[in-house]
Amino acid sequence: MIWDFEFTGRILPDLLGGLWVTVQLTVIGYLIALSLGLAVAVVRRVRVVGPIVHGVMEFIRTTPLLVQAVFVFALVPPEISAFTVGVVVLGVHYAAYTAEVYRSGIEGVAKGQWEAARALSLPVSRTWGAIVLPQAIRKVIPALGNYLIAMFKDTPLLFAITVVELLATAQRIGAAEFRYTETITLAGLLFLLVSIPSAILIRRLERRYAAV
Amino acid sequence: MQFLIERFPLYLDGAWVTVQITLGGSALAFVLAMAFGILGTIKHWLPRAVATVYVEVFRGIAAMVLIFWMAYVLPDLTGYRLDRTFAAILAVGLNVGAYGAEVVRAAINAVPKTQVEATVALNLSWFQRMRLVVLPQAWAQMLPTFGNLVIELMKATAVVYLIGVVDLTAIARQVRDATGETVIAYMGALLIYFLIAQVLIFGMRLLERRANRKLGRTPPGGTGLGALLRHPVVPGAGGGVSG
Repeated sequence: MIWDFEFTGRILPDLLGGLWVTVQLTVIGYLIALSLGLAVAVVRRVRVVGPIVHGVMEFIRTTPLLVQAVFVFALVPPEISAFTVGVVVLGVHYAAYTAEVYRSGIEGVAKGQWEAARALSLPVSRTWGAIVLPQAIRKVIPALGNYLIAMFKDTPLLFAITVVELLATAQRIGAAEFRYTETITLAGLLFLLVSIPSAILIRRLERRYAAV
Repeated sequence: MQFLIERFPLYLDGAWVTVQITLGGSALAFVLAMAFGILGTIKHWLPRAVATVYVEVFRGIAAMVLIFWMAYVLPDLTGYRLDRTFAAILAVGLNVGAYGAEVVRAAINAVPKTQVEATVALNLSWFQRMRLVVLPQAWAQMLPTFGNLVIELMKATAVVYLIGVVDLTAIARQVRDATGETVIAYMGALLIYFLIAQVLIFGMRLLERRANRKLGRTPPGGTGLGALLRHPVVPGAGGGVSG
């Protein structure tokens, strides 16, 4: 028999534990990506500093997350856990994407809005905080949602720096029991179990905000 | 620096494997994206359902899971053992193809309806309509997103060392294991990945310009070599958000 159900039942709790780590990585990393990306998008409009930040982000965006993770993990002092490094690298990597999304939103704010803020002699903080960003962010919410799923699926890469999430758990069990068929297939199914409902949810969100 | 220059030939071998997988995977992804993307625009429910299943399944599974599955499970289930490089190409191609199919579908649907109506009025067949009218216009629309996908695909190939393919990342690992210099070894790989990405971006921009020229449009960002190197103007920056 190719598929062993008894074995499947035995490994399921461990895999669910791995799934929990994956979800934690995704959610914390996403929060970093959302906030850092916004900061980058704003800083990019500053003279001199902007292009430098843009160059760094471009480098991060066009090189593999896996290699970045190993690189950073070797760079930081050993007290810092792999999980922390993983979350930060994941978050910063995706900040390079969200920054582009925010940027398109900011550029989409009508020029008259800037001019009005200027005419009312609002300080820079109010111009951004009360005029530009509320309009810009609202427009890009659906696009930002897609990155949540993308990050969720990139978490297995952190396996390279010994973060034991879903796929790493499956890989460990597979190696120990020498049965990869159930473990890896089940890991794939668990990924689908989370990513497809989230995709449906995000699509619904998209429709809601598209109407505005 | 000396450290990396000494090992440059080694890195070059790895980079070549990475480039091969990237190009092979892109070719496969392109064919799949076109096929399933066009299926997704057909009115009948059956081809559309096929396209949706393909897109949702292969977008939903991480490329890495797919690579593992191809390398470890497929031989178990079928008895065939794929060449590892081929398995890698297949996995990344299937994964990115699913993203591409959505892009193709959206681009075809974005072609103005009057264009389609005109082909009906001219009594063109479905194939003629696609080949002569719809696809050339959709093509120009797809290319910028395809450019991003090619970069995504290249980045995704970094995991293939896990199934024993000696790509750029595998070389970085080897150098690390041999010398203990993790930071420099991986810095070298990062730089080469960045270079490959820049070449790919440049190539995709050339294609984009050609597509726009053929439609008689000025390429976004203007003409001339300088425009090619500059950061591209986001199409529809006036409010349209893509991505």
